[in-house]
Amino acid sequence: MEVNINGKATQTTAGNLAELATEMGLPERGVAVAVDNKMVPRTEWTATSLCEGANIVIIKAAFGG
Amino acid sequence: MENRYQRQIMLPEIGEDGQKRLAGAKVLIVGAGGLGSPIALYLTGCGVGTIGIMDDDVVSLTNLQRQVLYGEDLLGMPKAKCAGERLRKLNSDVRIVTYPEKLTPQNATERMADYDIIVDGTDNGAARYLMSDACQALGKPYVYGAICGFEGQVAVLCAGRATYRTLFPEDFPPASAQPVAKGVVGMTPGVVGSVEAAQVIQLICGCGQPLIDRLWTIDLRNMQSFIIDLW
Repeated sequence: MEVNINGKATQTTAGNLAELATEMGLPERGVAVAVDNKMVPRTEWTATSLCEGANIVIIKAAFGG
Repeated sequence: MENRYQRQIMLPEIGEDGQKRLAGAKVLIVGAGGLGSPIALYLTGCGVGTIGIMDDDVVSLTNLQRQVLYGEDLLGMPKAKCAGERLRKLNSDVRIVTYPEKLTPQNATERMADYDIIVDGTDNGAARYLMSDACQALGKPYVYGAICGFEGQVAVLCAGRATYRTLFPEDFPPASAQPVAKGVVGMTPGVVGSVEAAQVIQLICGCGQPLIDRLWTIDLRNMQSFIIDLW
């Protein structure tokens, strides 16, 4: 199915957020993910199914100042 | 009589009442570098009554590309002291208190206790967990800001439900991690620090819709921006 990741249309075979994170090779720490502008805690990634056209934002920790 | 604040007092969001609130407010800026420079300059300019500046570093040549508080004449000098002198010249109405020291678990609560709002001008994760934990314990808003390269993020934490640990639950990066990426264009902290300062005055004046429990992100390469609900 197709989802939008940070505004970019992306094909995925992942059924939930945890599978998408694995597919994308996201690190185990320092990444936050939002679906439809709402952050989803990592503990809920497996239980969060992906829908066609879902808007996903991946936020990487930034440490500079 | 001419009033230095007239351009902001004429705004309905601020007005005479907001200006009085600004004059009565106490804001602690932790870190006087890329983010801390615009935060401190704008908050001093707008007449926040008391501003604390905490930084244990000295001015170096690679700072000058983005840390607009300083100039070549200050190389090697302590940032907290230099920032204090610059800010007092900008606005003598404002009481500037400088702390030429690092924020530590030992001093965090004591330093923050005297202030209403704590603002993030730091450059590492450990300081951010420390600020967030202390602000949560003290019940004070933590205006979070961070940058990397052309990207930045701002949120108002510890004012609703979300803290820095809501965003990044586990301490990160671990102490053993590689040094974090230091590449940045000067405009990134300019934009992000200005947004943090704008959040501060909205919290003080009770206007607008501050980013409480929300995270704003910006990528200056394509101007893509998101606002994410954290709770």
